[in-house]
Amino acid sequence: MTYLAKPKLHHPDLPANALGFTRRDYEGTISTLCAGCGHDSISAAIIQACWELAIQPHRVAKLSGIGCSSKTPTYFLDKSHGFNSVHGRMPSVLTGANLANRDLIYLGVSGDGDSASIGLGQFAHSMRRGVNMTYIVENNGVYGLTKGQFSATADRGSKSKRGAVNTDEGIDLAILALQLGATYVARSFSGDKEQLVPLIKGALTHPGAAFIDVVSPCVAFNNHEGSTRSYDYVRNHNEAVNRLDVITMHREITAEYPPGSVQEVHQHDGSLLRLRKLSEDYDSSSRISAMSYVQSRYAHGEIVTGLLYVEPGAGDLHASLGTVDRPLNELGEKELCPGSAALAKFNASLR
Amino acid sequence: MKPTDIGSPDYFHKVVDCQWACPAHTPVPEYIRLIAQGRYADAYMINWESNVFPGILGRTCDRPCEPACRRGRVEENQGEKPEPVAICRLKRVAADYKGDVKSRLPRPAAKKNGKRVVCVGGGPASLTVARDLAPLGYSVTIFEADARAGGMIRTQIPKFRLPESVIDEEVGYVLDLDVDFRPNHRVESLKELLGHGYDAVFVGSGAPRGRDLDVPGREEAAKHIHVGIEWLASVSFGHITRVGRRVIVLGGGNTAMDCCRSARRLGGEDVKVIVRSGYEEMKASPWEKEDAVHEGIPILNFLVPKAFVHDRGRLTGMTFEKVQAVYDDKGRRSLVPTGEPEQRFECDEVLVAVGQENAFPWIERDTGVEFDKWGMPVLDPATLQSTLPSVFFGGDAALGPKNIIWAVAHGHDAAISIDRFCRGEDVAVRPPALMNLVSQKMGIHEWIYDNQIVPDARNRVPLKELTIALKDIRQEVELGFDPELAWKEAQRCLNCDAQTVFVPKLCIECDACVDICPMDCITFTADGEEADVRARLSAPARNPAQDLYVGAGLKTGRIMAKDEDVCLHCGLCAERCPTGAWDMQKSFIEMTHAGPGCREGAAPRKAA
Repeated sequence: MTYLAKPKLHHPDLPANALGFTRRDYEGTISTLCAGCGHDSISAAIIQACWELAIQPHRVAKLSGIGCSSKTPTYFLDKSHGFNSVHGRMPSVLTGANLANRDLIYLGVSGDGDSASIGLGQFAHSMRRGVNMTYIVENNGVYGLTKGQFSATADRGSKSKRGAVNTDEGIDLAILALQLGATYVARSFSGDKEQLVPLIKGALTHPGAAFIDVVSPCVAFNNHEGSTRSYDYVRNHNEAVNRLDVITMHREITAEYPPGSVQEVHQHDGSLLRLRKLSEDYDSSSRISAMSYVQSRYAHGEIVTGLLYVEPGAGDLHASLGTVDRPLNELGEKELCPGSAALAKFNASLR
Repeated sequence: MKPTDIGSPDYFHKVVDCQWACPAHTPVPEYIRLIAQGRYADAYMINWESNVFPGILGRTCDRPCEPACRRGRVEENQGEKPEPVAICRLKRVAADYKGDVKSRLPRPAAKKNGKRVVCVGGGPASLTVARDLAPLGYSVTIFEADARAGGMIRTQIPKFRLPESVIDEEVGYVLDLDVDFRPNHRVESLKELLGHGYDAVFVGSGAPRGRDLDVPGREEAAKHIHVGIEWLASVSFGHITRVGRRVIVLGGGNTAMDCCRSARRLGGEDVKVIVRSGYEEMKASPWEKEDAVHEGIPILNFLVPKAFVHDRGRLTGMTFEKVQAVYDDKGRRSLVPTGEPEQRFECDEVLVAVGQENAFPWIERDTGVEFDKWGMPVLDPATLQSTLPSVFFGGDAALGPKNIIWAVAHGHDAAISIDRFCRGEDVAVRPPALMNLVSQKMGIHEWIYDNQIVPDARNRVPLKELTIALKDIRQEVELGFDPELAWKEAQRCLNCDAQTVFVPKLCIECDACVDICPMDCITFTADGEEADVRARLSAPARNPAQDLYVGAGLKTGRIMAKDEDVCLHCGLCAERCPTGAWDMQKSFIEMTHAGPGCREGAAPRKAA
């Protein structure tokens, strides 16, 4: 952490996006996390993704729970709506906010403690309901704020900084998300922005429950020999299955690829997800084969990263509940109070 | 790309743009920090070591440091007009508030070394040679044609820019080193001088001849037409105290600016500057042009003088031809008449400031000192030695008219040459500069230097009210920064000598430095050719004059490439680095001057 604010001066050639904003306009206050924390890189990737998509900051609602990860929304998008909720309860608060105002872009930021321990149930239900959100878990495998105990996602057999071996099975949140019906599931690494930024862009444009598990080394308590969340370990065991390009409606498509090497997914909002395959036999359109591939590689000690699964025709909670298609705060007296005739008609339908 | 060798004394020197650009390589950020701390005498001494005339230069320097200043580059495209730190005027603050520094100056040599050196001309170049050599035991004699030492500093710079007292003080510091100063002594023959058996001769006689303008009417109206530098000298010595009501100044250099501003103070009410070129291409420094315009002097451009108009010898005006600049496909400019009718401007007096020339009528052509076809001495530009080994040149006499700070730099170089020459050592061997790196880390978020970047725009130097300033030619027009304003301006300095030092083997490639860098200077990327790497950085590095700092040996096989161009030296990369792979280290670079350090067998110098 630093006591100084980041200087306002920026590179003289810093480009502006379609809204006239530079990347610096999407920043927040300076981080107070430990120097070298992977979470700061994820914040930087979120900033980059939002800038590239030319998202209007005031159209974003960022929500989080408790933990190192859940502090980070302060460090990006300081002109967006923010809500720092109770430990593990971000998914419920977000679901409520989403139902009230469906027009905002919802970004939930959580950690492995927040989502895999205290909030596991909350996480599960937001996924299975298909809340239209981007759910990012900043996953370092330890409780950093309480000095590095194993978290629920720590791999069995991995070592703590003091040498203790983890005897509990680790929870793989990406597998859970796949199983629970999330329609966009990805895994990435904080140290690989080339992969992470497009995955966040894809998730932000995805019209359903999008989940990204980001391995994010804790430099203070989980970056040692024997850890399976250290920079070195993840770099050596990272098996990326594909590279994603997110193509918004406004951008022209110019690159050409050999046939069979690219998978294209058209989304509702007109954006196009183009997956360049890195692993030939990986198919990200099948939920079942995604789960089996990730788990079989895990058995070999490999961490599969990339866009693991995406469902092109994804819907969301609003569609399944048949809610009104405008945010509640835009409804006037006429819509909310349709009159006694309408009430009589409704009552009659229940008799 | 090849990993950067930060041990090379030039690498970090180049990052300190101001110091690199200064001909005398004054450690600018170091003295600016001292000014901010109120340590004016210390700041003065750093200057005095490097450039000999801090008080004079703090008012008159051509400031090559300021166009080079990084602050100007980093402020581009954001808010206010990008402007460098007011380095020159901060230097004056050090001189104004230093108090008495006499006890800190070198004393005359206790013992002479038996070598005799003579300097021709008592200007800045000769005085620098004397300052460097006299304390070493050399007997230095200076011959000066005028009554007092200083050369062009005294004769050509108007007193409203540089008070006499400042010249007396700083010239005095040199002459007090037991220098044999001979005023009113014009050297008429090099041969005769050589006959006196000096061990070395230094020629610092300046560029004393002002160029004239030979157009019709010049002879007839001669009484009302003056050559600029001669007129300025006469004003300086008080021989001229009045000028006509309507004055035309011809020429676009700093001398023309001094002429017009002097004329305004000697009764010229309608003073104008007329130049051949466009306003932008004028040789005068931008601030000198601004000062002239501020004093109500119009600058008319693209006008080529055709004739002096006179009524039986009484000057009444001048005629000009209107031209325009035309560039050929190689970018060379020519001034082509527009065909418009000639323009006529009424005037009572004309000052011709269209350039200066060197003149060596006193150097016989058979002494062994050779001259080129332009009449300039043939010199080795590094040693300033002429074709006659015992004769050295410096200042305007060496490479044509430049400025005071170049004269000082020449003086240092010539003094090194003379010191080595007098000891029978090869003058071509030049001593390396001293370079020292010291970590600035005091604690987790504490640095010895002030790393906060202030967003302030450049502070203006307060001026005396124009009506008062124009009344008296000896009234200094600039008031200078007071300590408070100086502190504010000093805060704008980016401390470019607080270097970002990178140790690849400590780096875990966590990207923390990349994410925090406000200027997007740092990139971890695949290795490649420089041009390719430059295009692949977080922000493309388009300024090839600024190096890429390359660190190799990272675990992933990538390189760390840092574009030095717009680095703020804010130290946030080092603050955010979890392993200390980045550190802020102050580079102190000091030129080696004449003395034991420049000689054969000198032990490598170590900074205190």
